[in-house]
Amino acid sequence: MERDTHFVTGVYEDEDVLLKAITQVRSSGIKIHEVYSPYPVHGIDDYLGYKRSRLPIAAFLFGLLGTTLALTMQFYMMKFDWPMIIGGKDYGAFPDFIPVTFELTVLLASFGMVGVFMVSTNLKPWAQPRIFDLRITDDKHVLAIDIANNSSMELAKIEEILKSSGASEVNKKSFE
Amino acid sequence: MAHDVQHYNLDQKFDFSAATKKLVFTVLGIGAALLVLGIIMAMFGGGHHQAAEAEGHAFHWYERLYANLWINNVYFTGIAIIGVFFFAIQYAAQAGWSTAIIRVMLSLGNWLPIAGVLMIVTFFVANHDLFHWTHAYLFDKNAPEYDKIIDGKGAFFYWPMAKGTFPVFYILRMVLFFGFWVFFFKKFQQFTYNEDVIGGTATWYKIRSWSAFFLIFFAVSSSISAWDWVMSIDTHWFSTLFGWYVFASWFVAGLSTITLITIFLKSQGLLEMVNENHVHDLGKFIFGFTIFWTYLWFSQFLLIYYANIPEETVYFIERLSSDIYGPFIFVNLAMNFVLPFLLLMTRDSKRHGVFLKLVCALIIAGHWVDFFLMVQPGTLGHNGGVGFMEVGMFLVYGAAFTFVVLSGLAKGNLVPKNHPMLEESYHHHI
Repeated sequence: MERDTHFVTGVYEDEDVLLKAITQVRSSGIKIHEVYSPYPVHGIDDYLGYKRSRLPIAAFLFGLLGTTLALTMQFYMMKFDWPMIIGGKDYGAFPDFIPVTFELTVLLASFGMVGVFMVSTNLKPWAQPRIFDLRITDDKHVLAIDIANNSSMELAKIEEILKSSGASEVNKKSFE
Repeated sequence: MAHDVQHYNLDQKFDFSAATKKLVFTVLGIGAALLVLGIIMAMFGGGHHQAAEAEGHAFHWYERLYANLWINNVYFTGIAIIGVFFFAIQYAAQAGWSTAIIRVMLSLGNWLPIAGVLMIVTFFVANHDLFHWTHAYLFDKNAPEYDKIIDGKGAFFYWPMAKGTFPVFYILRMVLFFGFWVFFFKKFQQFTYNEDVIGGTATWYKIRSWSAFFLIFFAVSSSISAWDWVMSIDTHWFSTLFGWYVFASWFVAGLSTITLITIFLKSQGLLEMVNENHVHDLGKFIFGFTIFWTYLWFSQFLLIYYANIPEETVYFIERLSSDIYGPFIFVNLAMNFVLPFLLLMTRDSKRHGVFLKLVCALIIAGHWVDFFLMVQPGTLGHNGGVGFMEVGMFLVYGAAFTFVVLSGLAKGNLVPKNHPMLEESYHHHI
């Protein structure tokens, strides 16, 4: 699917060292591809300079879609397609429709959010995950740098910066 | 870096300055002026109402005054007890994030002793004008007004005395609830200020145990007080989730009050350790419980609407088909659900800017409308409405409440400096 990519990875033992290293690596002008850790590191998004996720916007829009869909569906069914008197109420008895509207809003908002999340983070079921280092599932933090994205800097220089930032190992990793 | 040593001034006290006091008294003055204006208008302007009720009992202007007293008694009592309740929740849940502001929560309880006195006095002054069930003829089988349904409920008010005499059980509950609420409030206050002196973790464990007992008591008392003080106005009618509904209304209003006081203290340069993360969490509480209130409001409405049983629907027909109260049903939903829901949805609106303050003010006014809709239709019927008297009385109570709470807050240190979880509160980050 994609052309060959080559990465340099720094392996870190400790989250505090990792967070300091991220700041150091970024300030030296290197673009970080991604950081992998065995557990969520609190505040790491701020260190990596990530913008806030736009996932809530997607959730809101999907929720709105759910609300619209539910109300349209119920009004169409109950008032126009097959009008029925239920409990002596009007055909378009708005309060009756609220529980279904609520449920569909929640359903579409959550499904939509999960779907958007899966797609945007490349977690689709058929995606081939790139494993930079098996130890990221155990006790090591790995900072990955895409060499092609940092072509203005020599490879040796990048490795040196990683070493000096406290990495216990500096490795190369390529994917086909 | 998050692990730096913090140097906050932990001995800061809130200074209830002359300027702030002036502001509070100005609001009090405006409220009192409006109230007097409203009373005068009601005394001399009520002609057509009396004509309309020529067959029944004539309507007197002071009935509206009593109804207003009752709305605000119940509402501000609720806000005050929610402060104590939320304080107890922090301990029972072993929450650390809120440590810097727990005394702000507790300070709301300062209103409780005054609220208790006001409530009992208002009840004795206004009983027949507020509560239909206080009329003795309802329980007299030979009287033409004999009411079988109310007679069946009578023991809940009058036990162990004869129905229609003196509501011993009712008064007993009122005294008991206020007594225990004030007792727990004083205990919490005593423990937390004592912690400043003795330090250690013993106080924390002690407050946690007391909180658990308080929460059990509050669970029962908040529900029953809602039946007693609000639901019994519409004596025939009942709703099984009414206790929760009133609690939710109180809770949202109380949270908004806590948030407003916190933001106010921050604007005074106090509570330096409280940052947008803490405010964000308070905002989330408000957002969440706004929806909770709506959920209960709608649950009550939908079941009654759907089942369509006359003795239940009367509650909503009385309100929705009235020219006076009908529009307020929608005002109520807009102020307490639609606007807060849309305005507080984004992260930024809960963290910075004026939105949170705006929504808090909106909610405090909005839940007053909620209580207005619970109390006035049953007591005043078509003689009610929102006029100078309502606005004035609300401002008077609001200003008095603010004065009492801020005076209480100024008495001790703002931050529990020896609280074992204070450090966690500094580093709260979301």
